[in-house]
Amino acid sequence: MASQTKPILHGYFRSSCSWRVRIAFALKGIEFDQVPVNLIKDGGQQLTDQYKVLNPMQQVPAVQIDGITLSQSLAVIQYIEETRPGPRLLPADPKKRAQVRMISDLIASGIQPVQNLYVLQKIGAEKLQWAQHFIQRGFEALEPILKETASKYCVGDEISMADICLVPQVYNAERFKVDVDQFPTIKRLNQTLMKVDAFKVSHPSCQPDTPADICT
Amino acid sequence: MRLSLACLKKPILHGYFRSSCSWRVRIAFALKGIEFDQVPVNLIKDGGQQLTDQYKVLNPMQQVPAVQIDGITLSQSLAVIQYIEETRPGPRLLPADPKKRAQVRMISDLIASGIQPVQNLYVLQKIGAEKLQWAQHFIQRGFEALEPILKETASKYCVGDEISMADICLVPQVYNAERFKVDVDQFPTIKRLNQTLMKVDAFKVSHPSCQPDTPADICT
Repeated sequence: MASQTKPILHGYFRSSCSWRVRIAFALKGIEFDQVPVNLIKDGGQQLTDQYKVLNPMQQVPAVQIDGITLSQSLAVIQYIEETRPGPRLLPADPKKRAQVRMISDLIASGIQPVQNLYVLQKIGAEKLQWAQHFIQRGFEALEPILKETASKYCVGDEISMADICLVPQVYNAERFKVDVDQFPTIKRLNQTLMKVDAFKVSHPSCQPDTPADICT
Repeated sequence: MRLSLACLKKPILHGYFRSSCSWRVRIAFALKGIEFDQVPVNLIKDGGQQLTDQYKVLNPMQQVPAVQIDGITLSQSLAVIQYIEETRPGPRLLPADPKKRAQVRMISDLIASGIQPVQNLYVLQKIGAEKLQWAQHFIQRGFEALEPILKETASKYCVGDEISMADICLVPQVYNAERFKVDVDQFPTIKRLNQTLMKVDAFKVSHPSCQPDTPADICT
């Protein structure tokens, strides 16, 4: 019976999109298996023919769940939301739901895809400046939006998909040396969220495939 | 029962005739039979009207579309579309079945996160001289992934037999592919779906060639 096998996440410890899915599983208390896909080793394990079957876009994550295979982290997260009990990942109110999706998409469409590994490999030598530029631009837009929508969390007082997207993007910002102190709301939200168990257990520093020199 | 006066006003779409993201929202409004006003934001004129201080208030990301609806302002086309879905009656824009809904979102996000943002105006302006090859590369790559996915999920439309948000995302992306001279004949499922959808009224009335801000030499 497909629903009784644990979901399988094919991901990479440092992939922000994979981390989003790990957070969602943790928030819902769902046990899952991880199959690491190393984006660097062997020229990139996401480029193998076997992985292409799971995700023709040749990116992580891909999730096998309930007998189907899904890619695109926000599609996975909303599927989990709609099929599993537990704390809501999107608010009940339609306007707040729209704000959660707007913030999530600002990050998941507006920032991350333009600074992901594949794009940076194509940009070449100037990749650091490229990544910094797009993260900076995205956070400059996100800060005033969050100032309006946020209370304890990105939208109101409940953790949502917006928070799930924010924290990994802040991690990316720090990786690419964007100074997050410029964005006080983003900084505060990230600090609050990094105290929440689901965000801690799913952190890149402590995954099955985290290299030993990065593990904390 | 308190009626919010804001809900009685027509939604306002701030967009651009040729913006694929704006087109997605126009299609959704048309499918739901929702009348709306359009305020054109010319992405080229005056250095780009999306870069003005007034527009920045509507959308700090300085992109189109932005939609004023029910007293709030939303950006991000798929957030707008799902808001319309959740608050307006009419044909479903996402299926009832959760697995099919997930497939609709997966296909929509493959396009709206995996392809379009990497070939939008802002990125192409930063790429500079090689922008055509850049856009072609990413659309080609995205369609090479989309074709086998759609082969599995599609019947009459992208997912099964009902029009969904996936179809709403597909057609404008095919338009972009053609603009950037990607040969869509390589992708028979994408081609067939696009042809079927372009016969549907909602996709026709919302087409870039016939919007209030379409330049006269493009109007058909």
